[in-house]
Formats: sequence, structure tokens, C-alpha cells
Amino acid sequence: MVDYRIDRHSGVATYVQIVQQTKQALRLGMLAPGDKLPTAREVVEATAVNPNTVLKAYRELEREGLVEARRGLGTFVRRSLGAAPADSPLRAELDGWASRAREAGLEREDVAALFTAVLETHYPAPSPGPAHPKTLQGDPS
Amino acid sequence: MTVPAIEADAVGKRFGRRAAWALRDCSFRLPAGRVCAVVGPNGAGKSTLLAITAGLLAPTEGTVAVLGTDPATARPRVGFVDQDKPLYPQLTVAETLRMGADLNPGRWDADTAQRVVAGGDLDPRKRIRALSGGQRTRVALALALGKRPELLLLDEPMADLDPLARHELMGTLMGQAAAHGTTIVMSSHVVAELEDSCDHLLLIGGGRVRLAGEIDDLLAAHTRVSAPAGTELAPHDVVESRTTGRQLSALVRPAGPLPGDWRTGAPSLEELVLSYLRNPGAPAPAPAPETTEAAA
Repeated sequence: MVDYRIDRHSGVATYVQIVQQTKQALRLGMLAPGDKLPTAREVVEATAVNPNTVLKAYRELEREGLVEARRGLGTFVRRSLGAAPADSPLRAELDGWASRAREAGLEREDVAALFTAVLETHYPAPSPGPAHPKTLQGDPS
Repeated sequence: MTVPAIEADAVGKRFGRRAAWALRDCSFRLPAGRVCAVVGPNGAGKSTLLAITAGLLAPTEGTVAVLGTDPATARPRVGFVDQDKPLYPQLTVAETLRMGADLNPGRWDADTAQRVVAGGDLDPRKRIRALSGGQRTRVALALALGKRPELLLLDEPMADLDPLARHELMGTLMGQAAAHGTTIVMSSHVVAELEDSCDHLLLIGGGRVRLAGEIDDLLAAHTRVSAPAGTELAPHDVVESRTTGRQLSALVRPAGPLPGDWRTGAPSLEELVLSYLRNPGAPAPAPAPETTEAAA
């Protein structure tokens, strides 16, 4: 099950936050194929966001082929995302690496910088996708 | 073709023949199933509009249709929570709920009413007069929700609730909308409070409708721009503009593509609302082209 947390001040549209958190749960293996997403009613009762916002997020996930709506039953996960479930050996290695970094006296920011640098070497920066208007908030000047 | 929840046509109201108009020339249409924020400064006419819609006040001019009929006929299907939350002070919480059940035979939803009250840790034997403002709000909302209304009108419903109760009750309201397709109209002068919960906006200022429509459409129709001072903004509709030093900042409704050298950004709902309220003379946008419903 996935528990959505909406950050009203993040500048990211609410429905995008729901999409992102669902994908995160899929990547980490917290949601697996066949799992049921919470109903729109459950989500809005917990978060107080508009029901249409939740439905919009679910439609987006459906469009991407990640979930499917079954009439009268709910919305179910169709496929997983990525290959990095929470219990994978890769995660264990990273975990070990992070412990060693900490023992070596690296600060949180040092580790983040190091990780980002390695990430950049192996994965070219993604092209900026179609930005949602809300991400452009802030003074244009 | 669905019947709109509310359709107001040139509604006006003044209290007394020589009094100023509290509401004037108020026309808008709210499709069913929406969660609508009624926003505007104090004294803008929000409460008057809600009371007319609830059938408690007769408009001086114009007409309003509620759920496809006149407000008085629609009343059994409409829940209304007034700003003052009128309840019988001598009744207990339990008696108040029983009264709700008696007054709404055949449609009373005891579970929902019970759940709203239970969330507040309220002793059902306590008399209404002994409750705090926030607890009274809870009972009033329980009565309105228990009626299982098709249209729920809430005048400043969250004003005297603490943040936790506010979030919880807003969640309950959204749950009603999700489960039963209830149309909800709530007024507030705190825009940020409504931004995530509402999908439709009715902005009232000086007794008139300044903006009405789907929030996403309204936001998409406006752009914040900044350009060198002295830049000609025409032919775009200017809601607000000001010049600071060499720079011009404005909120516009683009009439076409904007020049590439203007820096642009999307406004937040609060910015949009404030810009209109600061500029009473700003042109109101043409009513959004209604989809098929316009032919109703």
C-alpha cells in the first residue's frame, strides 16, 4: 500500500506528486503487480485534496501503462518500474558503501556530492521534460 | 446532459430600497460534482450569495436555479452551514443528531453524521451551548452531511477550527465528493486554505463576480510577465502591472503568443486572486466557453 504525502509548498503540482510517489513505491518494490492502489476516496480523506486531482494522477499512471482501472474494483498495478527493489543486492552494496563513507568521516553533503558526481558520469543528464506550469512558479524576473 | 448545480442569472440583492447593492449582476454556472471556492474580501457579498442559493434570502433581481429548480424547492437536497452555525443551544449533541434524522426521513445518513461528531471527541450528552466554536462547527457539519445533500453550501466552514480538525474535516468533505459526487461550495477569504481541495473558483469583489471557472483553466489563461519598463502590453489584457526601476512586471491574459524576449511564469491561485482584488477595474474575462452544457 502507498501512503501519499502532499507537500503544498513544493511548487510541484499535487497530481504530479501523487504520480511521482506511486512511481517511487514501484521502484522500491513497495507496490508490486497485482497490488491495488488506494481508492480516490481513501486518498482524499487522508490528504484533503480534490478527488479530481487523484483521478487525474491515476489516469496519468494508466496512460503510462503502470496501472489499470478495473470497473467497480479499483485501480491495480500492472507492472513494476525499474530494477531496484528495496531488498536487491545492489541496494545492499550501496548501503555498505554508505556505512564505509560515514566511518571515513564524510558528511551527508559530501556523500550526496560524490554520489551525484558518479551518477552524472554513468547516466547523462535527462533532457528537461515538458515542465508543468506549476514548476515555473516564482518571480519570472 | 447534466443539470448544473447552480445557475445564477443577473442576481442582485440589496437590503432596503435605499441601501447599496450587496450583490449586483451576478451571473455564473457551476456544473454538478465540482468543489467550488467562493473567494473575496469581507463584505464582498459571499454570504449573501450563499444565503440566496440556500433559499433563505430572496434576490432583489435576477434568478438563481439550484439543482435545476428554484432554491426553495431544492432545499431538501441542499445542505447549508451558515457562518454562525445556528443550532438549538438547549439540545444535546445526541438530540441534535436525532432531530436531523427526524427532519430528513428517508435520507438521513447516521453513520456519516456520527463519524463527523466522533472525530471531535465530543460527549453526545453535552449541550450545544456548552460547546466551543470549533465543536459547534463539527455538529453543524454533521447535520449538513447527514442530510446526504446533493449540494453542500458552506459559509466560512473552517474559520474556527484548529489546523488538525480543519484537515480532517476537509478530508471528510472530499471523501463525500469522491463517494457521492456531492457538489460542494465553500467560501473563505483564505485562498491558500482552499487551493488543493477546490477545482472551481468564484471570485467575488464589490458585490460582483470577478472570475468564475475551472481553476486550471483560469490559471492557464493568465501569465505573469516581466519586460523592460515602457514595454507596450497591448493587445494582451492587463490585470495588473507595475514598473520598478527599469522593469515592468504584469499579470496579463494573453490575447495571442507573447514576444519571446518577455520572461514569463505561471501565477499561483493566490497571486491570481490578489491581482484581481487589488485592481477592481481590471477587465473581467469573457465567460469561459462552456462545453456541450451551454446548450442546456
